[in-house]
Amino acid sequence: MSELTPLFEVFVRSKRGLDHVHVGSLHAADAEHALTYARDTYTRRGEGASIWVVEARHIVASQETDADMFSDPMEDKPYRHATHYDLPDGVENL
Amino acid sequence: MGEMDDLSCLALRLGDDALIHSHRLAEWCGCAPTLEEELALANVALDFLGRARFCLQLVGRRLDSDEDRLAYHRDAREYTNLLLMEQPRGDFAYAMVRQFVMDEFEALYFGQLAASQDPDLAAIAAKSNKEIAYHLRRSRDWIERLGLGTTESRDRLQVALIDVWDHVAELFAMDEVETRLAGASIVPDRSALRDEWLAAVLPRFEAATVEPPAQMPAISGGRRGVHTEHLERLLSQMQSLQRAYPGLAW
Repeated sequence: MSELTPLFEVFVRSKRGLDHVHVGSLHAADAEHALTYARDTYTRRGEGASIWVVEARHIVASQETDADMFSDPMEDKPYRHATHYDLPDGVENL
Repeated sequence: MGEMDDLSCLALRLGDDALIHSHRLAEWCGCAPTLEEELALANVALDFLGRARFCLQLVGRRLDSDEDRLAYHRDAREYTNLLLMEQPRGDFAYAMVRQFVMDEFEALYFGQLAASQDPDLAAIAAKSNKEIAYHLRRSRDWIERLGLGTTESRDRLQVALIDVWDHVAELFAMDEVETRLAGASIVPDRSALRDEWLAAVLPRFEAATVEPPAQMPAISGGRRGVHTEHLERLLSQMQSLQRAYPGLAW
């Protein structure tokens, strides 16, 4: 079954101007099919202005074991955050 | 129901078509081939139920009745749906072919009904047309998929097409009521839609490598309350609660 109907991930943009947000997944025979199923499964109450579907196998994801290399080095680089800097006189918002 | 004016009669027909079809689709709850398809079928069933309500509410307002009485307190002899809608659920191929031939018909019929001289029917049609466009996208897709899928899906599609063909002629049957309404530009003339409908469905059947029978049997009766045995069984289930506890409310 899953070979005939691979897994697709569904992303819905609820309003123009917002980003597409991952809402879930479903099985379908191909992308067109997945799009109609996405409409029935995830936008029944008019949530979506636009839907993306992408076959799950095409998503390249970072692994938990990569966390050290991907995220940790940022922790000791506070200067990458705006809050690291003193607000110059006369600037109300940064 | 007694004597009924033409417009009420027509609205009742459209309401009965939608209600009975909705019930047959709802019978897929719990038995669809996949979870996604189950949701899709139920969704389409609810579209038809919504349309049935608008039509029956319209009849209710005109005849001093209401949608629930019309849906739950009439027997098969008083139902005016087309015979195609009441045929048993069948297999998935049958459900999709029935849906497809109806969708292609409704795209034409409700497309024109949106310009009806009657504002209530025009409003119902305008709402339905958005739903029909989606139903059509789904059913066209499934005809192609089943036809070009596996040997079994193609064979089932062919068998289903032969079965469905028994009752498609009635989609285009006119009687005095609808002829009068068509003359007043209130409804489209069904018989005039037949060629355009054939031009829409035949190439898709051909592309799906299936073929309808050469003859379209002229079986009709639904509009006069002369039904196949399947409607009685459907109603006995659909109306069971109101039959056991008349007037019961939520």
